[in-house]
Amino acid sequence: MKKEPFSEMYVNGKVRKAYAVLSEWYNTCDPDELTQKQKEAETLFRRIGITFAVYGQGQDAERLIPFDMMPRVFLESEWRLLERGVKQRARALNTFLWDVYNRREILRAGIIPKHLVLQNEAYEPAVVGIEPARNVYSHIVGVDIVRTGLKDFYVLEDNCRTPSGVSYMLENREIMMRMWPDLFKQTRIQPVEDYARLLRHTLESVAPAKCEGEPTLAVLTPGAFNSAYYEHSFLADQMSVELVEGQDLFVDGDFVYMRTTRGPRRVDVIYRRIDDAFLDPLCFKPESMLGVPGLMNVYRSGGVQICSAPGAGVADDKAIYTYVPEMIRFYLGEEPILKNVDTWRCSESDDLAYVLEHLPELVVKEVHGSGGYGMLVGPASTKKQIADYAERIKQNPGNYIAQPTLALSTSPTFVEQQLAPRHVDLRPYCLVGDKIELCPGGLTRVALTEGSLVVNSSQGGGVKDTWVLAD
Amino acid sequence: MLSRTAEGLFWIARNLERAETYARLLQVGYRMSMTPSPAGGYESEWSSVLAATGNADEFSRHYDEVNERNVENFLSFDARNPSSIKNCIASARNNARANRVAVTTEVWEALNHAYLEFRELEKDRNALKKIPDLVDWVKRQSATIRGSFLNTQLLIDSSDFFNLGYYLERADNTARLLDVKYFVLLPTIHMVGGSVDSYQWMTLLRAVSAVRAFHWTYGGDHSPERIAHFLILNPACPRSLFHCCDRMEYHFSRLAKLYGTSNPAHYLLAERLERFYEADIRDIIKQGLHEFLSKFIADMGKLNNQIAESYLFER
Repeated sequence: MKKEPFSEMYVNGKVRKAYAVLSEWYNTCDPDELTQKQKEAETLFRRIGITFAVYGQGQDAERLIPFDMMPRVFLESEWRLLERGVKQRARALNTFLWDVYNRREILRAGIIPKHLVLQNEAYEPAVVGIEPARNVYSHIVGVDIVRTGLKDFYVLEDNCRTPSGVSYMLENREIMMRMWPDLFKQTRIQPVEDYARLLRHTLESVAPAKCEGEPTLAVLTPGAFNSAYYEHSFLADQMSVELVEGQDLFVDGDFVYMRTTRGPRRVDVIYRRIDDAFLDPLCFKPESMLGVPGLMNVYRSGGVQICSAPGAGVADDKAIYTYVPEMIRFYLGEEPILKNVDTWRCSESDDLAYVLEHLPELVVKEVHGSGGYGMLVGPASTKKQIADYAERIKQNPGNYIAQPTLALSTSPTFVEQQLAPRHVDLRPYCLVGDKIELCPGGLTRVALTEGSLVVNSSQGGGVKDTWVLAD
Repeated sequence: MLSRTAEGLFWIARNLERAETYARLLQVGYRMSMTPSPAGGYESEWSSVLAATGNADEFSRHYDEVNERNVENFLSFDARNPSSIKNCIASARNNARANRVAVTTEVWEALNHAYLEFRELEKDRNALKKIPDLVDWVKRQSATIRGSFLNTQLLIDSSDFFNLGYYLERADNTARLLDVKYFVLLPTIHMVGGSVDSYQWMTLLRAVSAVRAFHWTYGGDHSPERIAHFLILNPACPRSLFHCCDRMEYHFSRLAKLYGTSNPAHYLLAERLERFYEADIRDIIKQGLHEFLSKFIADMGKLNNQIAESYLFER
């Protein structure tokens, strides 16, 4: 079990082709200069306002995500494999969503147990039978990928609702170009700046049936106090569309309107960054102040497209995750390109017994959890922590899944004035509309603590720029 | 544009201009405290500075004594004063953050920079001893932010709402500054025209950075009547009430053209402006400068409410 994790930079002590230029460049750098640049980069992040909020931490509500200046690099050949894999998954997940809200063929074929879908908290009965534009439910699919070997890529989870972090993909690149212009001249790095245009195109391409002419888009945010607010404003700005809050929108008759200084203006496509439950107090949580009363009625009658479509969450549920390879075979007739991690579902008694016996070597997650909260990393936990967690599992087994602790690859990271290997993951952002698009890049998250496998920003993780080299 | 955004821009400009006025008021107090006042003593100057802010009640809730240190602290760093420089800058910045899409990167960075740097200034316990530095700092930030706005924002309705806030606040502030000078500093008419009096008029001009401008316009003679004319009726003075109203009229007209319709706020302002065209400074002074200014300040309050109503700021 104890095996050296795959190093992104070295193979058998030699620098891999992807990192050749970077390694050469690093050797000419003065560590003091690098430390200085690191500080400059942080000042830039602060000044631009690229911050996130950590809930319940009082004092400084706006925090920086630590930024590491050593990029994570892919060769174009490696990227092509990832790209095919991610697009394949995005297609299968969207087909699955359409299916479970319409004909339910995959359930009838017995590939996925009915109760896992129909009794899933994220399954939304309110949208059964409604067909969103182009039958797309999840317009932005964020796939969390880890690498364990030269050709071994595993998907840890899919994010079909409103994956965040893409602003870091774009801003990390901007900062790197500002810090190290020469490096970019020496290396052929594929640009990511096209993302905003592609996103806008994707959203326009799913305008609802009743929209005539050019659709009006808007990004719906819970407001400036939300943890990912920077990203909401950034994306709206990059796409040149309005950033609205629930209070800016209202329903009149068959359509949704924004309150503007010229009076009401119709909105056709809403890229929402709030959860289903808060979208419409008349349909979901009645006490929600974030949403728009009546929005779902307009959606049902084809007056507005909501992206991602309400109900999309059922596809990225951790219990459904285990069936994604089956989905790919069932809907697309293809073999999955990216691997799934073995997963034990504690809801099943055999699995539960195995999990409880092997906790010290497993990673256990809550089925509906996110952000790295409430998980157990067996190898990194004390006996007491493991025993406590075992109790929690026993009380509500259905709430947990377990996976083997993967040896996440390491990427050289600048810590304490030198390079050291740190574990990384990757989240590319796949766009699904009239076409399926993937920007060559993504968000690389890095666990800054030595040996740590938790990369979430809420748990001390940092970010890196992600390079895809052009052949 | 979104009504919430228009309101946000309007208030960003108001808050910035208010922070600048507060800094200028500090400067007035600081200078006046170095010369004897007509009433004798040095401290009374700070009461008039306080009176000019219109926030004296709030002050007395938190402080026992009106003195230099307390007033300075109240105007600059006190979070309990809704209009302190600290709160104005923070609120302008947070408003920009909440409407990030409506301002350019340069405007946002200028605002955010001011906000972050002010937090550093605050940490310096001796900051209050350096009032002139603080005043310069605020003026510089305000110039940078406004400059970024003028240089980079699209000239569409968003710039009109920003400028409406800016000129409305400025008109209100100039009227208050003038009112303090005339009403608070000079309780009796006998004091008008004395040497200390003329010194104080100069201080007022200095506070609006207009000493030289005034002399260019009127030569060496700075009679109260001329200074009042300069700050109320002279269209060439960038802080005069007339000029501010004239600029508001310009922005209302642009909006009317853009939206294809005029509204009650525009009419209200037009009517106010009309009266300036016919005004004579001697009549104004004869009928009571204080009464005139009080009425004007009330009019600006009404205008503010009418703008909110006309452009759907309220939900």
